[in-house]
Amino acid sequence: MHARRGISGERIGGAIALAFILGFVALALAPLLRFGGAGGIDQQLASVLTFTLWQASLSTLLSVFFGAVVALSVARRPSFTGRVWLLRFMAAPMGLPALAAAFGVLAVWGREGAFNSVLSFFDLGTKFNVYGMTGILIAHTFFNIPLAARLFTAALDRFPPTYWKLAANLDLGRVALFRLVEGPALMAALPGVAGLIFMLCATSFTLVLTLGGGPAATTLEVAIYQALKFDFEPGRAVFLVLVQVVLTGLVLAFLAAFPAPAEERAQQGTELRRFDGGSLASKLWDGAVIVAFLLFCGAPFVAILVDGLRADFPHLLADRLFWRALQTSAVLGLSAALLALLLSWLIAMARVSTGSRIFAGWLDAGGSLILLTPPIVLSTGWFLWLRGGDGFAPYILVAIINALMALPFALRVLQPAVRSHVERTRRLSQSLGLSGLQRLRIIDAPALSRPLLMAFFFALSLSLGDLGAVALFGGEGFVTLPWLIYARLGSYRTTDAAALTLILAAVCMAFAVLGTPSERRRGEAGR
Amino acid sequence: MTKAVELSSAGLTLGDHRFSFDLAVPEGAFVAVTGPSGSGKSTLFNILAGFERPHAGRVLLGGEDMAAVPPGKRPVSLIFQDNNLFAHRDIFTNVALGVSPSLQLDDMARAAVSDALSRVGLAGFEKRMPATLSGGEKQRAAFARALVRKRPIMLLDEPFAALDPELRHQMGALLAAMHRQEGFTVLMITHDREEARRLADRFAMVEAGHVAGQGQIADLPMLTARG
Repeated sequence: MHARRGISGERIGGAIALAFILGFVALALAPLLRFGGAGGIDQQLASVLTFTLWQASLSTLLSVFFGAVVALSVARRPSFTGRVWLLRFMAAPMGLPALAAAFGVLAVWGREGAFNSVLSFFDLGTKFNVYGMTGILIAHTFFNIPLAARLFTAALDRFPPTYWKLAANLDLGRVALFRLVEGPALMAALPGVAGLIFMLCATSFTLVLTLGGGPAATTLEVAIYQALKFDFEPGRAVFLVLVQVVLTGLVLAFLAAFPAPAEERAQQGTELRRFDGGSLASKLWDGAVIVAFLLFCGAPFVAILVDGLRADFPHLLADRLFWRALQTSAVLGLSAALLALLLSWLIAMARVSTGSRIFAGWLDAGGSLILLTPPIVLSTGWFLWLRGGDGFAPYILVAIINALMALPFALRVLQPAVRSHVERTRRLSQSLGLSGLQRLRIIDAPALSRPLLMAFFFALSLSLGDLGAVALFGGEGFVTLPWLIYARLGSYRTTDAAALTLILAAVCMAFAVLGTPSERRRGEAGR
Repeated sequence: MTKAVELSSAGLTLGDHRFSFDLAVPEGAFVAVTGPSGSGKSTLFNILAGFERPHAGRVLLGGEDMAAVPPGKRPVSLIFQDNNLFAHRDIFTNVALGVSPSLQLDDMARAAVSDALSRVGLAGFEKRMPATLSGGEKQRAAFARALVRKRPIMLLDEPFAALDPELRHQMGALLAAMHRQEGFTVLMITHDREEARRLADRFAMVEAGHVAGQGQIADLPMLTARG
């Protein structure tokens, strides 16, 4: 076949993108290997590693359990008013920067937070202390109960509608229905959901940094950061980095063995009907579950909004540092988003064009390499290259790392769109003799503008809200919005932090919404 | 003789569609339910099975008013075109659900399940999972469940639509034999007029939300719009 003619440009582009990513990661890892791992399995490493795994396991367990409870109740009620909004709300924490979430959690559960006000109002014992394991678990479950609930609800909604009819016709009771229908659906989705959440919690940096509150509650990622930033022990950091890469590698290998959890409903258009749950008791239970879920996951959002609106905006707007941070964040975010867009475009086009499975495999691996080498690993390596780093270089590095962080998500939006588009237009553009930039301008860009914009906005949201890549480089000379919030929280200037958090959360959420495929759009993409 | 099924002006509005069914089926009859797509055949079945509550009229099954009877307590067994078996459970369990929804089985019940399986030609399939069965075998398992369930009315919604012609014939013969031996009243939605004539003794033609005609199968019009 000569159908592959004229598309080698795409493969070259993909190869360049791949070389860029691999080169950037390899250069980050090179000094790590040169420094060598100082220190071995000592007391501190053992406790850090134990805590990392322990908090991730507990977070996963709690998120999966409560996520399943919520999903069972939501799935049992397929047509109540506001169900669509409830499902959308389940996606909301994902768009919230971790730092903003940390602020929200502190505002609700912290020393002076809403929860303690309630405790003291009713004169109920001692103050609730959020720092440490408790805070980390609250923050992780705040993010991941909705994630688990969303994926589990999708798994239940995806069942053939005849199942629910048969179950009703066979007079299956509550227990039998769970054993025969709901249980298996949840179990099928469980490995993918649990693995994903464990991965997110094991590599969680910002939440542990802000809510851990001490050496007793430190994860690997935070330990790496502290080894470099406060102790300046590069050897130690390098050793921890290697442990981190091995850990994420193991989790990724586990994840690869299971299908990724799917979000779509298989049978679009068919009306969901459930015939169980008619009893008053089950209505009360489901209602209580949904309200409790909304309270737990909604409270931090409300707290961010209320505290933010009460904050001293004029004072903040007069602060030169704020404007500098805003400028830096905007430039970084735009650069990262554009780079993510370029890389994902090149990879997606090459992925569709190549006939080689090996090259395709490399492209996939390159697109999600950031999962194996988290931001803190990359920034550690480059931090060592640059010996701390002044001037312009850190900006570029952070932008690149942010772009790589957005890459897996951008590809997930872009790849299917590019695939169907190329398959639709390959012959036509060949018969018209269109190629290269001409083809890009006339055929590709207009048709793919929507997924491209989505990928761009998602990357923008992610980069604007990120603290992980900036953490090492941040300081007086290099201030982003998240960094400024972190600094203000650290110096107890919480009203400044509240205003900043509200701004950051609003901007990131807005961009995240623009970067998330809606159900309607997803349906169109599948046509 | 009491009617197995008696609908009088059983009415319902779903979105823009209005339905009102009048239908009388003698006990032990085999009724071919025909009509174009979207005419309301499935809605008719949903009313009989209790998945839709009519806003007006009456639904009598075996002479009893069904207004307050939930789906699981109605004298009907259901068989759909596919997904009749819970994919995560073996064939024995899927059939045994017809005996006891909580799967509390004594030795006699277990024997009845195995007996039903051999009657539909699935002897020895007890431990097999649904995914390992062919389309025809899955429908046989669904029949076995209806056999042990012993509900007097069987509702079949295009049960053979996914099968090839040869298999349709075989499965039709199995259904006809079950009908003869058990004396079930059978209502089967089908688009295949030849099949309707071969298996059924009565017909009910649904059009635009009404039963537009019913009677002896010999009176089924030769040609109407196919759904």
